[in-house]
Amino acid sequence: MLNFPIYLDHNATTPCDPRVVDAMIPYFTNNFGNAASRNHPFGWQAEEAVDYAREQVAKLIGADPKEIIFTSGATEGDNLAIKGVFEMYASKGNHIITCNIEHKAVLDTCKHIEKEGGEVTYLKVKDNGLIDLAELEAAIKPTTILIAIMYANNEIGTVMPMKEISAIAKKHGVLVFTDAVQAVGKIPVNVNKDGIDLMAFTAHKMYGPKGVGALYVRRKNPRVKVTAQIDGGGHERGMRSGTLNVPGIVGFGKACEICINEMEEETARISKLRDKLQTELLKVEESYLNGDKEHKLPHVTNISFKYVEGEGLMMGFNKNIAVSSGSACTSASLEPSYVLKALGLGDDLAHSSLRFGLGRFTTEEQIDYTIEQVTNTVNKLREMSPLWEMYKEGIDMNSIEWAHH
Amino acid sequence: MAYSEKVIDHYQNPKNVGTLDKSKSNVGTGLVGAPECGDVMRLQIEVDNATGLITDAKFKTFGCGSAIASSSLATEWLKGKSVDEAMTIDNMTIVEELNLPPVKIHCSVLAEDAIKAAVNDYRKKNGLPELKFEESVVH
Repeated sequence: MLNFPIYLDHNATTPCDPRVVDAMIPYFTNNFGNAASRNHPFGWQAEEAVDYAREQVAKLIGADPKEIIFTSGATEGDNLAIKGVFEMYASKGNHIITCNIEHKAVLDTCKHIEKEGGEVTYLKVKDNGLIDLAELEAAIKPTTILIAIMYANNEIGTVMPMKEISAIAKKHGVLVFTDAVQAVGKIPVNVNKDGIDLMAFTAHKMYGPKGVGALYVRRKNPRVKVTAQIDGGGHERGMRSGTLNVPGIVGFGKACEICINEMEEETARISKLRDKLQTELLKVEESYLNGDKEHKLPHVTNISFKYVEGEGLMMGFNKNIAVSSGSACTSASLEPSYVLKALGLGDDLAHSSLRFGLGRFTTEEQIDYTIEQVTNTVNKLREMSPLWEMYKEGIDMNSIEWAHH
Repeated sequence: MAYSEKVIDHYQNPKNVGTLDKSKSNVGTGLVGAPECGDVMRLQIEVDNATGLITDAKFKTFGCGSAIASSSLATEWLKGKSVDEAMTIDNMTIVEELNLPPVKIHCSVLAEDAIKAAVNDYRKKNGLPELKFEESVVH
């Protein structure tokens, strides 16, 4: 039996695993203490719970618990890492290298850095969504203090070559920060094997609660420091003040523990479903896969259906299936996804894209239904698309003088 | 953002989807928008030259649900109107009828532009001077 609506937008957020919720509940009521209260059992209990969660989180990414700074989420982690390094290492340099398909939390933070007198290089990705390593190395200068490249992209699911990136960084004595929101808990991420110095990630993308995340900050080889961006009681080794979100952190820890135990099996199952969805949808005439075929997350696919508009397409099934589109018909700018445009896609293909994000609770039945619905809606909308008619008549659409609004 | 029931109805059961023979002198065709902007609308009218009334109207639209609904509604309203009356269809009337939110007003503007372009094409084919319009809302 299919229950509606079907959720295929796991890159936006994930539901809490019921096991995570169960772990959290006592920390709202009976065990409500402040982890910073050192003088009574309520505080001790909260601190113990936080310490345990810190171990669970650290274990998932191969880190030491002392290297985990709890935050409110990855946007805060991105800000703390980039601004914190920029301020802490000001005497060494002011140059940061990032790329043009980063999340806005990284791109806008870099814009902020530029206003503060920093210099930022935005590497262009290749048409498969990956950066060119030679270009990265060529961009490094004596003043470069940080390379900030995302582990995996949120729209197209491509996975960057982190090991190679960090090897280049190490050679030049530059720190590596990665926004790993989409990767942690989905694919094996190990800060030591991957050579990462700072890494932001968040609980709600891995079946944990919203409003809690972590910044990994390396303590050895090299010992990395960031300037705090929130002043106060000096929590989290002085790097992030603010009373700890104990229930959230407990849930985050549990979510990490589940990923440690189940990731391998889960990935195998989900990637099989993703492959089925992708293969079947690419059988639709004039449909195109966005992003690299091989170097990508196991649960994501992003496909453009030429000659139909993404939002119009979603409307055909969005009462029953939740996905997202790179089209921006509702935004004031009407600009389609900057990520897809960075791959060199024309605006027309960018407007025609859908992103499918599968998850822990996705079933084969749901995927079969989605294949059928999406295919039918594409066909239906093409019947009413003037562009499809032109394509079928062999009219060159570039020969038409479009009235640009 | 949730769509209004009327938009959903036009999207699910669009009226007058299709193509008229644009080589005929009594058929006017308006093609507006651009693929890069995410909306292209083609609206056609067929006019009875004896009465000056629009006897048929068809559309094809590449765009979101509101763009499809705006053009579907426009074709319904055009049928039976005289060519001159067609020019009185205002985008805000479409906005009101479909309860379009502010971010979707451009869809109604596009429909109004498509009507004007179709009428002008018809006028041109029949030796009438093209009408000039003020630039409508900039998208």
